[in-house]
Amino acid sequence: MSARAAAIGRTDTVAMRRRPLPVRKAGSYLLLAVVSVLVAFPLLLALSYSFMTESDIATFPPPVLPPHPSLDNYGKVFGTIPIGRYLLNSFVVSSAVVIGQLVTASLAAYAFSFLVFRGRQVLFFLFLSTLMIPWEATIIPNYMTIRSLGWLDTYQGLAVPFLATAFGTFLLRQSFMQIPRELWDAARIDGSTTFRFLREVVIPLSRPALGTVAIYGFLSTYNQYFWPLLITNETLMRTTQVGIAQLRFEESTRWGLVMAGVIMVAVPTLALLVLGQRQLIRGLTAGAVKG
Amino acid sequence: MRWTARDLRSLAVGLAYLAPALLIFVVFVFIPLGRTFYLSFYNTRSTGLVTSFNGIDHYIDLITSQTFRSSLLATGLFASYAVPIGIALGLVLAVLLNQRLRGISVFRTMMASTIAISAAVGSLIWLLLFNPSLGLLNYVLSLVGVRGPEWLIQPATAIIAVSITTIWLTLGTNIIVLLAGLQGIPEEIYEAARLDGARGARMFTRITVPMVSPSLFFLLVVDTVAVLQAFTQIHLLTRGGPVDATRTLVYSIYLDAFQNFQFGFASAESVVLFVLIMALTIIQFRFVERLVHYQ
Repeated sequence: MSARAAAIGRTDTVAMRRRPLPVRKAGSYLLLAVVSVLVAFPLLLALSYSFMTESDIATFPPPVLPPHPSLDNYGKVFGTIPIGRYLLNSFVVSSAVVIGQLVTASLAAYAFSFLVFRGRQVLFFLFLSTLMIPWEATIIPNYMTIRSLGWLDTYQGLAVPFLATAFGTFLLRQSFMQIPRELWDAARIDGSTTFRFLREVVIPLSRPALGTVAIYGFLSTYNQYFWPLLITNETLMRTTQVGIAQLRFEESTRWGLVMAGVIMVAVPTLALLVLGQRQLIRGLTAGAVKG
Repeated sequence: MRWTARDLRSLAVGLAYLAPALLIFVVFVFIPLGRTFYLSFYNTRSTGLVTSFNGIDHYIDLITSQTFRSSLLATGLFASYAVPIGIALGLVLAVLLNQRLRGISVFRTMMASTIAISAAVGSLIWLLLFNPSLGLLNYVLSLVGVRGPEWLIQPATAIIAVSITTIWLTLGTNIIVLLAGLQGIPEEIYEAARLDGARGARMFTRITVPMVSPSLFFLLVVDTVAVLQAFTQIHLLTRGGPVDATRTLVYSIYLDAFQNFQFGFASAESVVLFVLIMALTIIQFRFVERLVHYQ
């Protein structure tokens, strides 16, 4: 990526040029710390509230830190909603989508990068055009399709519509095109089949891009709300996002409980952010920075 | 050009690799898009069964409907609050994060953390913050002498509350995209401007903003489309109310299709949403792109 190359190229000259004064540096750190805490504040507050009792939350002025920290709310979440089952549902569906997307996108990206055939451009354009079609504009017929297949309240209903990804295909194609053409020629001479070349050469060489597609697929599926809300009715088939939202619609909202649920649901995605930050950034910036 | 046997064979191989993805797209994207258009010309029973041809009546109903006009207004207001402020805030924070300091990545991760936060999680947290008696937001406002509104009860502030939540949710993405843009600016350009006597604010408006304009443009498109599709925030914060103040186009589709079971009418609204998103994308690419500086 050109941005990264430029960044590498200029570090040495910059380091020699200006060294920030210690006072200025301290000021920068202070400002960064204050602003970071402000941005992350809602999340930190949710964490803090999850340790508070309902009576602590009801005091005025509203507390920021728990006066009597306790884990009670976490226990109560398990007693109020089947949160374990929700997490399981979300993990099953999101993993299925990730695996499905990796398979369909690798195959398609391979066709768009290594195979030569007439109509390839048209088909590639067709793939990209799906990016312009908002899911919400097709949600009514999709709901009807799932219902007529008898897939309401099923894992298939939650996962199958998302097993293909145009964005992921595009990203993998970019990565596949970096693979030297000589490898392909050599493999042909060795008598390797088309599919074997994909499995034994292309896939192992494209791990970073596959990682990006996987993290994206997982995050976007795990965080879905509208679709699972529509097609699940049975309590036991709810996903995490729809499940914790139910806590809000109780007769009187117990905020400590809601925040404990929120934290439990957000932890897997936050862990993914910390572990896969590089892959995520690569995906986000693929469309924005030219080159 | 004629198709030779070889052409056909290579096409068959290509299609075999594309087939799994193509199947999903055909069944869950292309056919449904066609059916949305089709349904918009028909009346349906509450089960979704098509009963009678209705011509363009649904569209005429839309144009004359007060609710539809107000939902377009709500959508426009939502976009005009959330998108520019979200991008501007993202740019300021990205500039702040674009420093060469030890440990800067910790701050980057903290500020980008909202990427991983789902709309449902974010909305539930902001629901508490907006709470008039328990929420911290109005308490903090009262400290500086401002009487906070009942955010979700009043129409004018409800749309602002939904926008604030949305801005927070998209902030992580905006920061990361803009940070990548900032890191692509060659240091020599700043150096040259500095020699010419440019400083601070001038440097920001004359160098930084034009140089990251491709990223700003990208976010303008992506964020606007995201706002047009926003559902979760509205469902959890306001349910389209009060008095339809936050009943955006997507929320209207949801209410008409899945609460009132008027699938034909809701399909007409879906067509409008589709056309709107297409048009916005095209307009932005055609006109805004001219203002953008590509290296």
